[in-house]
Amino acid sequence: MSNFKYQISKDLAAKLPDVEIVETTNGVTCTVPLEAWVETARLLRDDKAFQFEQCVDVCGVDYLTFGEAEWQTDGVSSTGFSRGIKAKGPGRFSWHERREESMPNRFAVVAQLLSVALNHRLTIKCFAPDEGMLMVPSLIDVWPGVNWFEREAFDLFGIIFKGHPDLRRILTDYGFIGHPFRKDFPLIGNVEVIYDEEQQRVVYQPVSIEPRVLVPKTIRRDSRYVENMNDQEAS
Amino acid sequence: MPEIKNYTMNFGPQHPAAHGVLRLILELDGEVVEHADPHVGLLHRGTEKLAESKPFNQSIGYMDRLDYVSMMCNEHAYVRAIEQLLGIEAPIRAQYIRTMFDEITRVRNHLMWIGTHGLDLGAMALFLYAFREREQCMDMYEAVSGARMHATYYRPGGVYRDLPDHMPQYQESKWTKGKNLAYANEWREGSLLDFIDAFADDFPSKIAEYRTLLQDNRIWKQRTVGIGVVSPEQAKAWGFTGPMLRGSGVAWDLRKKQTYAAYDKVDFDVPVGVNGDCYDRYLVRMEEMVQSTRIIKQCVEWLRNNPGPVMVDEYKVAPPDREMMKEDMESMIHHFKLFTEGYTVPAGEVYTAVEAPKGEFGVYMISDDSNKPFRLKLRAPGFAHLSAMNDMVKGHMLADVVAVIGTMDIVFGEIDR
Repeated sequence: MSNFKYQISKDLAAKLPDVEIVETTNGVTCTVPLEAWVETARLLRDDKAFQFEQCVDVCGVDYLTFGEAEWQTDGVSSTGFSRGIKAKGPGRFSWHERREESMPNRFAVVAQLLSVALNHRLTIKCFAPDEGMLMVPSLIDVWPGVNWFEREAFDLFGIIFKGHPDLRRILTDYGFIGHPFRKDFPLIGNVEVIYDEEQQRVVYQPVSIEPRVLVPKTIRRDSRYVENMNDQEAS
Repeated sequence: MPEIKNYTMNFGPQHPAAHGVLRLILELDGEVVEHADPHVGLLHRGTEKLAESKPFNQSIGYMDRLDYVSMMCNEHAYVRAIEQLLGIEAPIRAQYIRTMFDEITRVRNHLMWIGTHGLDLGAMALFLYAFREREQCMDMYEAVSGARMHATYYRPGGVYRDLPDHMPQYQESKWTKGKNLAYANEWREGSLLDFIDAFADDFPSKIAEYRTLLQDNRIWKQRTVGIGVVSPEQAKAWGFTGPMLRGSGVAWDLRKKQTYAAYDKVDFDVPVGVNGDCYDRYLVRMEEMVQSTRIIKQCVEWLRNNPGPVMVDEYKVAPPDREMMKEDMESMIHHFKLFTEGYTVPAGEVYTAVEAPKGEFGVYMISDDSNKPFRLKLRAPGFAHLSAMNDMVKGHMLADVVAVIGTMDIVFGEIDR
């Protein structure tokens, strides 16, 4: 596998000078600039060195709150450790308490490519623009199979795929409001359905449950991985 | 003369042939399908978002509930993603156990598929035969994990526990006694491995029975031959994997090509179709069951002769045993931290895939050094298959829609997630 990673990284660097290539635990991820997204995909499909004839998966990622711990024990006092919980995660607020936040490079689209002919994989990633419409060009002309995957990313993250012929919601309910997999969408949701005895039909009402988190998110940079981390920084 | 118009029909979501909660909007010209628009998401539970709010180990059980007829394969993809981020590897015995249970899962899944697919196309008897054998696979799950379906058996770093030495037996009851009791307990005298071995010896003869019922059956062939033909180019472009891709003649199997667990140490063949129609996909899946039985036999043989640990010796990830916990302070601390906070996984991203019975089941995981996955994306094979529904049924008759749904082996747990 390491041989393959080396080879494909080299080929990528030679053919696509403006992509950023990162070798991960078991593969290669390359970050493509937004304007080159479709051309890069087409090149990866058609070039003899890559031949990615399959796009097995496309998904959205919301990087809000990336690397933010909820449980911080930084200070020690005579009564014990500090136990400050910063309310950030999706499990800690409800719909009317949600914050509209923005950060650079918040949304990304990630596609997993597979070459059946050459037996290798590649992950390509592209960040959606920070300003204006959250719009990324669609890959549907390159791989028709991405149709539903892009609909899903639109539904769950609100990323608009330019050129997609049928960009409807797919997984959420008819008439759903919001994009549920964004990190500023509450885990408990917004509405619930009940059967209304008087109206004799199923109706929506605001959720009756309270947000709660049983295990806080903790970040520990364990000493076991320090060696690996140094390697990553060096490369 | 009256004007003849196309009309739109609603199929499902409560139709028995919809295999769950598929809603299809069909535009029909007489009985010919002009356009099919599947509406999915009626079973959407937001598994990925739920997993983001829980420590890594607490989501293993959710994986069972994705594709709820091939539970352990889903778990396998998930625990492999965590293992790769952590940089640990399960001991060899655990790898063999996983290989064996992945194949038992494949047999289970295909039995469910052949039963319901047959039922949809009018072969009622097969359903009863297939579910008889499926019950025995459920007993294997139960013996090893305590649950018939949602096992939660695989863990990052190995499996929950070693295979039991005794297979649970039927007790005497009003309905099971005397000769019946002896018959029910015939394979259950020894260990779980003996039971699995007896099953693997017997199962090929059962597959032969199914074949007697279907293979040359005129009705079966009329309903499947030439229906839902997919060319290899189309199959690849639409993102098909597993038997859907192999049925079209593409020899692609992750167990061979991007091997994992102990698949490189066992001997098996990958069946490939020729015409890419429903009948070829039926042949592929039937042969896969035979090959799975071969793998199970080899794993049983190896597991009998090679005892050893089934979990990594690393208490940051795997809990220490109870005896140590009672005597050793450090073990107790490990146990406490593991079950309250969980373990943290180094930052990074990983995509791992396994050859699940339905195709490539992938897990894309992003970690940010914390005890919960930052983003978890589950790539379900059925999702890609169902997205090609419109292209596959266009021009076919209404009754063939049911055959195509059956051949895709659709389960809504994984499509809606």
